[in-house]
Amino acid sequence: MTEKFDYEKLGLKVGLEIHRQLDTKKLFSPVPSELTEGVDFTFERRLRPTMSEMGEIDPAALEEFKKGRKYIYEGNYELTDLVYMDEEPPRGPDREALEVSLQIAYLLNAKPVDEVHFMRKIVIDGSNVSGFQRTAIIAMNGKVDTPWGSVGIPTICLEEDACRIVERKEKEVIYRIDRLGIPLVEISTTPDIHHPEQAKVVAKYIGDALRATRKVKRGLGTIRQDLNVSIRGGARIEIKGVQELDMIPLIIEREVERQVNLLKIRDELRERGVKPEDIKEEFHDVTEVFQNTESKIIARAIRKGGKVLAVKLPGFRGLIGREIQPGRRLGTEMADRTKKYVKGIFHIDELPNYGITEKEVNVIIEKLGLGKKDAFVLVAAEEETAKKALAEVVKRAKEAIEGVPEETRRALPDGNTQYMRPLPGKARMYPETDIPTIFLPEEYKERIKANLPELPQGRVERFVKEYRIDRSLAETLVNDERDELFEELVKKGAKPSLAASILVVVLKGLKKDVPIENITEEHIGEAFDLYLEGKIAKEAFEEIFKELAKNPGKTAKQVAEEKGLTLLSEEEVERIIDEVVKANIEVIKARGMGAMGMIMGRAMAKLRGRADGKLVSSLVRKKIQELS
Amino acid sequence: MKERKVEHFMRSEGLNVGDAVRITEKDGTVYEGIVMPPYELSPGETLTIKLDNGYNIGILIDAIEKVEVLEKAVEKPKMEFKEVLPKREGLPNVTILGTGGTIASRIDYKTGAVHPAFTAEELAKAVPEIFEMANVTPKLIMNILSEDMKPAYWKRIAHEVAKALNSGEDGVVIAHGTDTMGYTASALSFILRNLTKPVVLVGAQRSSDRPSSDSAMNLTCAVKMATSDVAEVMVVMHGETSDTYCLAHRGTKVRKMHTSRRDAFRSINDIPIAKIWKDRIELLRDDYRRRSEGEVEVDDRMEERVAILKVYPGVSGEILDFLVDRGYKGVVIEGTGLGHVPQDFIPHVQRAVEEGVTVCVTSQCLYGRVNLNVYSNGRKLLKAGAIPCEDMLPETAYVKLMWVLGHTDDLGEVRKMMLTNYAGEITPYTRFDTFLR
Repeated sequence: MTEKFDYEKLGLKVGLEIHRQLDTKKLFSPVPSELTEGVDFTFERRLRPTMSEMGEIDPAALEEFKKGRKYIYEGNYELTDLVYMDEEPPRGPDREALEVSLQIAYLLNAKPVDEVHFMRKIVIDGSNVSGFQRTAIIAMNGKVDTPWGSVGIPTICLEEDACRIVERKEKEVIYRIDRLGIPLVEISTTPDIHHPEQAKVVAKYIGDALRATRKVKRGLGTIRQDLNVSIRGGARIEIKGVQELDMIPLIIEREVERQVNLLKIRDELRERGVKPEDIKEEFHDVTEVFQNTESKIIARAIRKGGKVLAVKLPGFRGLIGREIQPGRRLGTEMADRTKKYVKGIFHIDELPNYGITEKEVNVIIEKLGLGKKDAFVLVAAEEETAKKALAEVVKRAKEAIEGVPEETRRALPDGNTQYMRPLPGKARMYPETDIPTIFLPEEYKERIKANLPELPQGRVERFVKEYRIDRSLAETLVNDERDELFEELVKKGAKPSLAASILVVVLKGLKKDVPIENITEEHIGEAFDLYLEGKIAKEAFEEIFKELAKNPGKTAKQVAEEKGLTLLSEEEVERIIDEVVKANIEVIKARGMGAMGMIMGRAMAKLRGRADGKLVSSLVRKKIQELS
Repeated sequence: MKERKVEHFMRSEGLNVGDAVRITEKDGTVYEGIVMPPYELSPGETLTIKLDNGYNIGILIDAIEKVEVLEKAVEKPKMEFKEVLPKREGLPNVTILGTGGTIASRIDYKTGAVHPAFTAEELAKAVPEIFEMANVTPKLIMNILSEDMKPAYWKRIAHEVAKALNSGEDGVVIAHGTDTMGYTASALSFILRNLTKPVVLVGAQRSSDRPSSDSAMNLTCAVKMATSDVAEVMVVMHGETSDTYCLAHRGTKVRKMHTSRRDAFRSINDIPIAKIWKDRIELLRDDYRRRSEGEVEVDDRMEERVAILKVYPGVSGEILDFLVDRGYKGVVIEGTGLGHVPQDFIPHVQRAVEEGVTVCVTSQCLYGRVNLNVYSNGRKLLKAGAIPCEDMLPETAYVKLMWVLGHTDDLGEVRKMMLTNYAGEITPYTRFDTFLR
């Protein structure tokens, strides 16, 4: 297999950070860990930056505070309590959450600490009502073995999830409190992953260990995988929001590609002799060039009283437009930095285009006195905003001369990444004195260790043996996280082979037609209940799921009734068969049992999905025997 | 206190807080970090270290094979902050008296230690807003927990307040723990006579080390109120759970009504005096004492042998007898409903009164006015010589009775004084809009 890059030569280093919600009560109060759209009340708070030992307060944070940024919290009476409104000291921690995190620790070969100390990690963006996140190290020194070598897990932490953001306005941010306090297990690895595929293997292993506990939440937003990626000479990039396991190798490959290309751009800039001090925050007003422009964006900005400002980027010609990831250029990186001010920027390498003519470009080149290798970037907006945006462009251009800027980036669905914010500084932490330290006695730890849950591979083996289902079915059930539901259905009385084939074959078969992610486990359970009560035939599952995927607000029973999928009573079935028999009485009389196939076919045409095939056939047989 | 394992271990290994160490456990696990102070109330079986990532963990001392000190702790330079800042022309002068607890703090993120910040310089950094509205002079006069407050301290606070006000300050703010702040407010209301300037008690329900603390906003509103026209003893705290406004409550009518909420302080049987934002005050009533000229007097004669006694189904009169026998001079009864006590309790009240002990009656309902004329047990209680205390809070009646008994032991005079309104403790009639708000 040929690979795009020689990762060893590039010195690829990847570390993972995986957050997963636990399916227990909230960490410091026995509130259900559920999300809701129901808002019963709101309240508002402000967060004041705290003073350090030396009497210092982060001036930027204080400035923000003085500007009067408010945080509005939306609460629900059932799913919010005073602890998470920061109106009552914490309780707990939730014993189950602690125990599950210890199970995870053992499954990842880590050693629990002797005594757990919860800390307060200062977070003043409002996402934690108290202004800090409570977090503790549960275990240390774990590892995952992979074909490429062993990867360390230095720490496993138990912490609180933050509020959900609802809306960010200029002077206030609205949060929903429901998510705050849901226990999160945070697992970080050492940067000893040296191949994109290895990262996936490690993430899969960790994911398996988490799932093995059967106490982690599932579904969108319950798992957050962050990647730390760097190559030699590049920089550590934190990539947030990787949802799918399968995307991990591609995202890493794309990041390597980005860093390799940024380093090439750096080398070329250096070759051209460009120095950071050459790039100046000198913004030229070129509004008049565009008085009669065909560019709609620029025309609109000018009409609204805005200006068109240009900045000179000496030595950058041809490089801003160079692709660094498929479909993304250095220009895209610059534009991402300006997102908080303007919708977009224009740079020389992509012009003429977007209604900007060659003539206009030439006038700017002349006005700015650009040489053959020099570039410009344009922004059309209200003057102050435009200046701020161009200042970001200048900053990013200077960084291009240094190489790869350290930053936090967001994973995009196509495997590329986009600038999010600068790397976070070192966490400010101090002890959470409201929660006594938790000593973990040897017997307690031994008991957890002796009762560790089954890992997914073991579960596949068990399913094959215990339920006598096909290995590939068992594997799919486990990999698709349908294993718990499968066992529940079997417990209800469903035949294992039927339950497995419905969950794997039928559901997956619908994937291309309807959004099957809308079908909840509750839906599936209801449908099986109907089947087990003899109210629907097994042929009806497909139709019911199809409809539920489209209308998840309905129940399986509603759908079955609406679609006429409920089974007829034996009397009704007999009545319909009688009709068929009556209509074909001559044939039956003439051919006797030889008419069985035909009568059966006609009866099933009327009864399919509404009566069990076996019942129909026995009734048809009886009727024919009676008549012949 | 007996030396715990951790102290013994630190001493025998020569470890000091702040030392960078490498610890090897018997199973070979190695930890590196900085030695932290042992937790005060833990059994002391573990050594706490702070890892490089900022987290603390506890290591079982019995599991430790060896400790190597990588670097000894360096003596930290002691931070010096200015006690007083230069006064700005045209701003009112406000003294903040500290009694304990922290209205502002500094956090040492290296060790996790939280230090109180009470010098002018520190306050100016932590809560710069108050220095924009007044020349603030902080003064720490005692350092006690709110629950350890006692009458002797009320007197000391009262003298400090009078001293400040009589030497030209325009108002005084008293930073106080919230548990007994209502009692202190009530006590100062009686002790400070001829009050001509605002006296504002303030506290916090969330510690000042956290970004969400109510401390700074309460303090800001308190200083604002101390520069107002209201020459009364008041408690200023959050008006609701949101960080929107504070309320100023009359010192004799305020009670902590919740264990933990920011808006725990409520006016009972009365409406608050004012609503305060950091830049304005909205007065909610007109019947307040106006700021005026004149020396504030301290009248701190108090009889401390006074008790509060709550009655309940099954209560025995023996308890009252015990107080009488022990030489108590006054008892405030928290009666049921309109102020009742069980029938078989009444003879004990009668005995107390006969022995010269004042028995006052309030209600454990807190809301509403006592009235002993409605039921026969009430009338019997009256006949036994109990004094019904109108709509006074039990705690206010308790403080007031101490103060009254400090002035006279003539039962008739005591009765007269208890029913005289000195500091807004009795409202003439019960307003509809004063219940549960």
